[in-house]
Amino acid sequence: MTGKTLYDKIWDAHVAHEAEDGTCLLYIDRHLVHEVTSPQAFEGLRMAGRQVRAPEKTIAVPDHNVPTTAGREDPSNMTEDSRIQVAALDTNAKEFGIHYYPVTDIRQGIVHIVGPEQGWTLPGMTVVCGDSHTATHGAFGALAHGIGTSEVEHVLATQTLIQKKSKNMKVEITGKLMPGVTAKDITLAVIGETGTAGGTGYVIEYCGEAIRDLSMEGRMTVCNMAIEGGARAGLIAPDEKTFDYVMGRPHAPKGAQWEAALIWWKTLFTDEDAEFDKVVTLKGEDIAPVVTWGTSPEDVLPITDVVPSPEDFQGGKVDAARRSLEYMGLVPGTPLSDVSIDAVFIGSCTNGRIEDLRAAAEIVKGKKIAEGVRGMVVPGSGLVRAQAEEEGLSEIFEAAGFEWRLAGCSMCLAMNPDQLAPQERCASTSNRNFEGRQGFRGRTHLMSPAMAAAAAISGKLTDVREVM
Amino acid sequence: MDKFTTLTGIAAPMPLINVDTDMIIPKQFLKTIKRSGLGVNLFDEMRYDSEGNEVEDFVLNKPAYREAQILVAGDNFGCGSSREHAPWAIKDFGISCVIAPSFADIFFNNCFKNGILPIALPQEEVDKLMDDAERGSNAIITVDLESQTITGPDGGTISFEVDAFKKHCLLNGLDDIGLTLEKVASIDTFEEQASQARPWV
Ligand code: SF4
Repeated sequence: MTGKTLYDKIWDAHVAHEAEDGTCLLYIDRHLVHEVTSPQAFEGLRMAGRQVRAPEKTIAVPDHNVPTTAGREDPSNMTEDSRIQVAALDTNAKEFGIHYYPVTDIRQGIVHIVGPEQGWTLPGMTVVCGDSHTATHGAFGALAHGIGTSEVEHVLATQTLIQKKSKNMKVEITGKLMPGVTAKDITLAVIGETGTAGGTGYVIEYCGEAIRDLSMEGRMTVCNMAIEGGARAGLIAPDEKTFDYVMGRPHAPKGAQWEAALIWWKTLFTDEDAEFDKVVTLKGEDIAPVVTWGTSPEDVLPITDVVPSPEDFQGGKVDAARRSLEYMGLVPGTPLSDVSIDAVFIGSCTNGRIEDLRAAAEIVKGKKIAEGVRGMVVPGSGLVRAQAEEEGLSEIFEAAGFEWRLAGCSMCLAMNPDQLAPQERCASTSNRNFEGRQGFRGRTHLMSPAMAAAAAISGKLTDVREVM
Repeated sequence: MDKFTTLTGIAAPMPLINVDTDMIIPKQFLKTIKRSGLGVNLFDEMRYDSEGNEVEDFVLNKPAYREAQILVAGDNFGCGSSREHAPWAIKDFGISCVIAPSFADIFFNNCFKNGILPIALPQEEVDKLMDDAERGSNAIITVDLESQTITGPDGGTISFEVDAFKKHCLLNGLDDIGLTLEKVASIDTFEEQASQARPWV
């Protein structure tokens, strides 16, 4: 018998029922809930007279549609639709007795930052949320994926999800990263390699020396974008770094429970003789600081490259590239480092953690944002914000001319007033560069926090290695 | 949930790859706390100009396709976010079947929960149906879930794959939660065992 992958092990530990055709009820250990994809689910429960099966395993936090400006604790400073959604979450959390972090709580933040921060996310768990970037939690060796609202309702009512097992895919990043190259560059480079559908039908396990070397923050950045590669989830085997990160967090196990947990967690790795259905290998040394040029996360190029031409592609991608270039207002052959920007967004569940803010502040320190460029730093949680203030990072950003915001999703999806104007071009640390993602007709270039900071200073897409 | 058995209707061609959920329903329409009424905003940024007027050459604005019930599209349809507003908007517009070479995972699952049948077919067959769909209101296609076949306007049939359990639910309009609750004893047993094995969870 061949060995098991990490995914196989977690999966097997959570199957509550398996039908003959392989359709399973997968038991869910943690269910994270936010204000945008949950109101209809709670409404469904109410209409059917159902309860939340495991309220103690359910955590709610408003993040997608909350303002990130001062005074938001006063509902009259919210737009009407934010107010309605936040009020609905408030009522639902109280009525169904689930854990809740309202905007007035310093622990409030982006759901995928709050979960790990509070120790809700632990190795070997199954974690779901009505948000595709739930993949983030895979950094802990937890099987974590996004679900739709009907599934949110299903998990609320039954604490299970109807699932069929995905296939196993291994993404190995060997060797060391070069200076200026970060977790964000790894994850974008992988998507550039596999395409946005390359992971469809798979759960990816990221491994290799370059992944091991990453901090927990970096690993979260990598797993966060597994979904942009089409995968159901991304995973990284837990190790000492994981355990160190988890230890002492408010909802992490303590004492004898901790010891017992550790014994199991240490079995969570892919056996040597396990087989993967697909393997992708990249050399860490070959990865450069990258940016996206188009409107799909697979449109990735090293910053030293030029804007491609539609003819460089094949099949359906030729038309897609033509459409992207027109939307992005880019001329083939232009060096990417000649592209001027209007705005910079540093934040999101991809890059809104303390390490990301440190990396950006390092570049910004003592400098000013280029004239005419609008810069925004949005910490991923109230605790990240407090930490950054304590370390003096907020002063660095403010002195450079950045707005220092309150925690939330903000211009990652631009549901609230944090938006780009039409044709405005943004250097962004978020995860999606789709048409209109950051505002109607807005143009998004994805990159690492350090690269976004460098772009803010020069006013153009910039190779961070030149300013390090 | 609405049943899906057979559907005979106009197919609209959308020969774009990577049609993402922000295209299907931009985030400004996620602010609702209801499921209904999103059809008018389906493909909003492609369908209307900045003044809110219809863009004439957008496929669903063309007279031939305003009543489309089937959408034929390119690879990786529905990529992006988990928002179920995407299938809600599609369904509310009147489309109950999407045919493409491949779909993003979460979107694909979300369709089945809303009485929409997503069909993945090899590229050549999608190309053929795309050509059929280009013929406007003559592009009547029949999708039969029971026999798993698609019949084109010229009478040729194509068969397709569908997960047996999902097919069963769709054919009968079954509510997943009700079905799962029939197995509540298994969940109870599992929960009991798991709380012994992993009490820290
Ligand atoms: S920060 Fe962006 S990607 Fe992350 S949860 Fe919020 S909206 Fe989704």
